[in-house]
Amino acid sequence: MAKVQFIKSADVKPWLAELAQQHRVFAPAYDGEALIFRPFDPELEVVLDRAATMPPKKTVFPQSEMLVDFTYSKDPEDLSRVRIEARETLPEGKTLVFGSRPCDVRGFTMFDRVYLSEKMTDIYYQARRRNTLFISLACSTIENTCFCHWVGSDPCDHTGSDVLAIPVSGGYLLESVTVSGEKLLDSQLLADGASRKAEADKFCHEIAGLLGSTRDLSQAPEKLLAVFDNMEFWEEVSAKCLSCGACTYLCPSCYCFNITDETSGMKGKRLRSWDNCMSAQFTMEASGHNPRPTKAHRLKNRVGHKFSYYPAIHGGVTSCCGCGRCIKSCPAGIDIREIVLKAINFAPAAVEE
Amino acid sequence: MKYQQELKDSIRKALPDLDVVIAWSSGFDPLHATPHFIRRDEDIDRLEIGPLCVHNLATYLPGLRGKKVGIVVKGCDSRSVIELLQENLIKREDVTIFGFPCTGVVDQTKVRKALGNAGRVDFCQVASQTLVVGAGGTEHKLRLSKVLADKCFSCQYPNALLADHFVGEKISPSVAEEEGYDDLAAFENMPLDERFAFWQKEMDRCIRCYACRNACPMCVCRDHCLAESRDPHWLSQEDNVRDKWMFQLIHAYHLAGRCTECGECQRACPMDIPLLLLKKKMNKEIKELFQYEAGVDPAATPPLLSFKMEEENIKEREW
Repeated sequence: MAKVQFIKSADVKPWLAELAQQHRVFAPAYDGEALIFRPFDPELEVVLDRAATMPPKKTVFPQSEMLVDFTYSKDPEDLSRVRIEARETLPEGKTLVFGSRPCDVRGFTMFDRVYLSEKMTDIYYQARRRNTLFISLACSTIENTCFCHWVGSDPCDHTGSDVLAIPVSGGYLLESVTVSGEKLLDSQLLADGASRKAEADKFCHEIAGLLGSTRDLSQAPEKLLAVFDNMEFWEEVSAKCLSCGACTYLCPSCYCFNITDETSGMKGKRLRSWDNCMSAQFTMEASGHNPRPTKAHRLKNRVGHKFSYYPAIHGGVTSCCGCGRCIKSCPAGIDIREIVLKAINFAPAAVEE
Repeated sequence: MKYQQELKDSIRKALPDLDVVIAWSSGFDPLHATPHFIRRDEDIDRLEIGPLCVHNLATYLPGLRGKKVGIVVKGCDSRSVIELLQENLIKREDVTIFGFPCTGVVDQTKVRKALGNAGRVDFCQVASQTLVVGAGGTEHKLRLSKVLADKCFSCQYPNALLADHFVGEKISPSVAEEEGYDDLAAFENMPLDERFAFWQKEMDRCIRCYACRNACPMCVCRDHCLAESRDPHWLSQEDNVRDKWMFQLIHAYHLAGRCTECGECQRACPMDIPLLLLKKKMNKEIKELFQYEAGVDPAATPPLLSFKMEEENIKEREW
């Protein structure tokens, strides 16, 4: 049974200050004109009325992280013999993210199928994922770019969160989703929320209604494969693509990385940093051959991966959480929904005899 | 927009001789335009011009080398086309330029701020210096003077400087030439350490997506950029301000006297880093030193692409 509490809007900051004693707390705050998840600072305004520019992806999957640090040492008796001493640098400490959106957090469930699978466990990802809690906030406005309902979610989806906060008059209803989430709801600042549950349910029902009609994407995996070799199709939909990484880096479900050894003298670090499939170098092979030589090939991969190849191996789940950041932040205004629908509705021109 | 039909007619006439015409159409919502590639006659109907046409389409030209390309340009965009011609990166005979008088384009960041958390946008119209936006069931009236891009307030070239087809009446610039760089003064008057602190703070949120670089019409190294070069490995992959700033500095230096101040770097940045400020500062220095402005005269040679034994304003022997 989920624990249901209530917090007054004015108590949010004091509660975060309390939680910050045990956790590294991140909450949405402005940095210039960008709304990002910043370390909690009582001096900063916590901005909850809109989705952040950047999802809290970095908290579990940093833009760049050290995997191993290493030192070379030479044998004084035989200088040609070099020893390498490497130390794993596993992340430590507990993190708490406040004010993430249901779509943002659902993105991590796409990561989990890849990094925490039966075949393989990514211990760095696992360490951060286990030690990061999410208090998500249900959305109170719907933007033109929102399409979480197309991909099986809704503005009050608690998937992946530990606590879900739902706006109610005067504050938020806090509903625990996990056992760890329940423990977060023990503060003196919180009151029993059971009496406000009906109001929260009504809110969720109404906001979901604002999303409008959904689209059936069940045919997307197959239809995207059907246009795989149709380069004319992909050249047309990618014509305005600038090949930058805004879509992938702002995407809550894009998880690709690159690994680089950076050495200085006898010391070095093995770094894992975000990589993006829109970049020409992403598939550049050592031979110089590039299997995805044009932006049409690359955009095809991004759309195909999310709406076809990933669902094909992960039980039909689309690797897109519908947050719409790739649309909103694309400098060329590419709309991934438009591409997927175009592929679904694509009818090959009749071949004339 | 007034001259839209005239522009469509003009494109319709030229299209049979062109592979593609790049223009704008309505984007993912009524408040956003998007680059529009016109290949067939029916594509022309979706063309739109107006204050939402923020993108500098000249960015696409070097990637379409060898094709016959038509391009619709604002004044600032035309400077990028000229600069590309000056640097021999595109061929004049391959490009057909359609110009119109531009009265300024919006800064979507300013629009976003003005609208607040308005919700879904249902419509957007331009009426007498006002952007009327219907969002979340409310009609918001935004004065264009409050939401136009800063670059438009110091714009010297509202009309295409080079055009094969120009629709409409040419208009005069909104500010006098000598005021073009006045907006830099506040920044220039800050002490050096404050300026450095400013950039450290701004660059901290950079996510290294390189939208700034890829949106830049003059950034032509494309797949051979120092930012991603592995051999030599110029920039660390660490998430630190030093390397992010290093890239911006090199970008700005490579753009000095080539940058046409279209502001695409800043507009494209998803993190809203004020990158145009840096580029404008470099250009101001170039203008003072060489009395040169990029992308104004197709026959001119950019000063940093030429060599003189004695520069007029650089007194190397009089230190």
